[in-house]
Amino acid sequence: MSSIPTVKSNDQTAETNGQNVLAARVRELQKHYVLKSETVRALRGVSFDVPEGDYVAIMGASGSGKSTLLNLLGCLDRPTSGSFVLGGDDVATMTDDELSQIRASRIGFVFQSYNLIAQLTVVENIEVPLYYMGQLNAESRKRCKQLAAMVGLGDRLDHRPTQLSGGQQQRVAIARSLVNDPYFMLADEATGNLDSVTTDEILALFQMLNDQGRTIIMVTHEDEVSEHAKRMIRLKDGEIQIDKRIENRKTFPPEVIKKISMGTD
Amino acid sequence: MLILRTWQLGIKSLLLHPMRSALTVLGIFIGVASVIWLLAIGEGISKEAQRQIEDLGAENIIVRSIKPPDESGANFRSIQAFGLTRAEHKLLSTTIKTVESVLPIRELPTKFAYTGNPNAKPIDGRLVGCTPEYAEVTRLEVARGHFLTDREIISKGGVCVIAANLASKLFPSEDPLNKLMYLPEKKEFYKIVGVLKHRNATAAIGGSLASQDFSLDVYIPITTMQARVGDTEVKRTGGSFSVKEFELSQCTIRVGDVDDVPRTAKLVEATLRKDDPDRQDIAVVVPFELLEQAKATRLMFMMFMGLIAAISLIVGGIGIMNIMLATVTERTREIGIRRALGGKRSDITRQFLVETISLSVVGGLTGILGGLLCPVTVEAARWLIREGAPAMYANLPEVAKVMSPEIVPISIPVAFIISVFVGVIFGLYPAMRAAQMDPIEALRHE
Ligand SMILES: Nc1ncnc2c1ncn2[C@@H]1O[C@H](COP(=O)(O)OP(=O)(O)O)[C@@H](O)[C@H]1O
Ligand SMILES: [Mg+2]
Repeated sequence: MSSIPTVKSNDQTAETNGQNVLAARVRELQKHYVLKSETVRALRGVSFDVPEGDYVAIMGASGSGKSTLLNLLGCLDRPTSGSFVLGGDDVATMTDDELSQIRASRIGFVFQSYNLIAQLTVVENIEVPLYYMGQLNAESRKRCKQLAAMVGLGDRLDHRPTQLSGGQQQRVAIARSLVNDPYFMLADEATGNLDSVTTDEILALFQMLNDQGRTIIMVTHEDEVSEHAKRMIRLKDGEIQIDKRIENRKTFPPEVIKKISMGTD
Repeated sequence: MLILRTWQLGIKSLLLHPMRSALTVLGIFIGVASVIWLLAIGEGISKEAQRQIEDLGAENIIVRSIKPPDESGANFRSIQAFGLTRAEHKLLSTTIKTVESVLPIRELPTKFAYTGNPNAKPIDGRLVGCTPEYAEVTRLEVARGHFLTDREIISKGGVCVIAANLASKLFPSEDPLNKLMYLPEKKEFYKIVGVLKHRNATAAIGGSLASQDFSLDVYIPITTMQARVGDTEVKRTGGSFSVKEFELSQCTIRVGDVDDVPRTAKLVEATLRKDDPDRQDIAVVVPFELLEQAKATRLMFMMFMGLIAAISLIVGGIGIMNIMLATVTERTREIGIRRALGGKRSDITRQFLVETISLSVVGGLTGILGGLLCPVTVEAARWLIREGAPAMYANLPEVAKVMSPEIVPISIPVAFIISVFVGVIFGLYPAMRAAQMDPIEALRHE
């Protein structure tokens, strides 16, 4: 517990193994909810690969299965059938404790409602996944501070979530999602609660992280948001309707990206 | 590091609702403090009871004469003699092997005056005929002069020894030694040969032994009493007479070995009730047996006190559980977040347990402090009542006046361990309920 987590560096493996290293591999994923009167087939056999460095927007109408898929990708739930391989391990067969371990070490969550813990400060919130990995120490504290600085909150380390704006809270959440150096970042309507200016700030941050090699999977129903991704998967009735690369992807100019870490407001 | 962080976090969460946490702590505080208080007071009371009994001497057997109730309003009388006789005294001291000695005692309420001060009102006191051993058995100490001597017994001397309080009342400005004490009712004079030190009153024990206040006593040789005062007492109250005749008020039987006391007591009873098994005019008091009884009672008493205290701790525990259940519901979202970020079920359980244990430990520690204040508080309360409401104080039961609570040392760790235990027991269910939540549901919770 004395050494800093030598988390697998996605960039390094990408360089050594070529382009086709997968952050996630989904095969024939099905999820059925068995209710009293009926069985809801929320996912009916979904297959796709997410290579490292990809930036995927998952879209679809309400009830199409986005949340169900996200819960599976986030290891919050187990599929009824099919496989989901994350870093060589099939998550579908894991125990509850193993899933928790995976969530702590391999996945970065960003939620629509930020989901920071009210009684903790900015740094402490960022530290939470490390706490559950059992890897809290002076060096990890330094890393958390660096992450806070990277998302432009270097001067608000000891603030409480309630003392921050929505955009700032979401930045903390993003920093927190990166602290365990995850296989991919999972963003669920991450900009859904934000105004358009702040939405752009968060999307710029995503772009910066993706440019640095971070894999991002985000659920959104807004076209303006999905246009910033590299790839779009559209679900319909629990099946993949469209899975395509986004042409004419929207990007932010470098000077916007540079401004991110300069501090907010 | 991690454990430290867990506790730090628990305390932070608790401080988010200081009032709520404080009230929960209060529940445990009261529980723990009451364990210590009740046991301390119970211990104080039973120690006092034991002390009073031991005051009589565990190796003694006391036989009292009891005046039978006046029958048929006997205005005109055939005087009925009652109680122990000198013959019985002799019998007891000679026939029972385990008996070391038997002290004959005859007590008589009467008035005393000082001849050198004829105008002063005579003082009500108690004339006690006894032997030299009486001082030792009753733990009387001589301040000046000497107690009655064997020679004075044999010679039936007209001498007396007086209690400190009576001495200071009768002789406010003179030295009582070698002065003559006058008994107006008996028309007798006694020369004062000794003055005693103050001795505390004894409490009443059981039904047959009244409390004794030694402060107004005058001791004369038992032989002198027989010769000069006789066995018959005539009292005029208003127009009517009351006559009583008795030879001895009490025999204090000294047994050499405490272990022989129960056996000796049986023999004493048998000897005295030989002719009339239902004899009502004597009572045999065995302090040793009372002591054994008191010890057994003490155990019951302690258990009873402990039970009451345990109930109050359980009530405190239910308080914890109640608060934690509310907290868990309130923090469903936080639980969801923690699970999503990698917290295992056991992490969640631990987190909430840490909080309940923190509450109960703080309650336990402050409760111990509150418990330790028991003797001081009781003393202060007694002082306040005595100074502020003397009438109320006078009506307090004797034991409440003299009892001093005694902290039972074991009650401190026991109370503390129980409080932690209560925290765990009553925290476990809410904590496990938190851990069993579905993370997806919990995250959706508003
Ligand atoms: N826990 C559940 N129990 C039963 N049915 C569910 C549950 N979660 C989702 N569903 C059903 O599965 C389908 C897909 O839902 P969801 O994944 O939430 O879609 P989306 O997020 O795209 O709106 C819906 O028909 C929904 O009613
Ligand atoms: Mg949904």
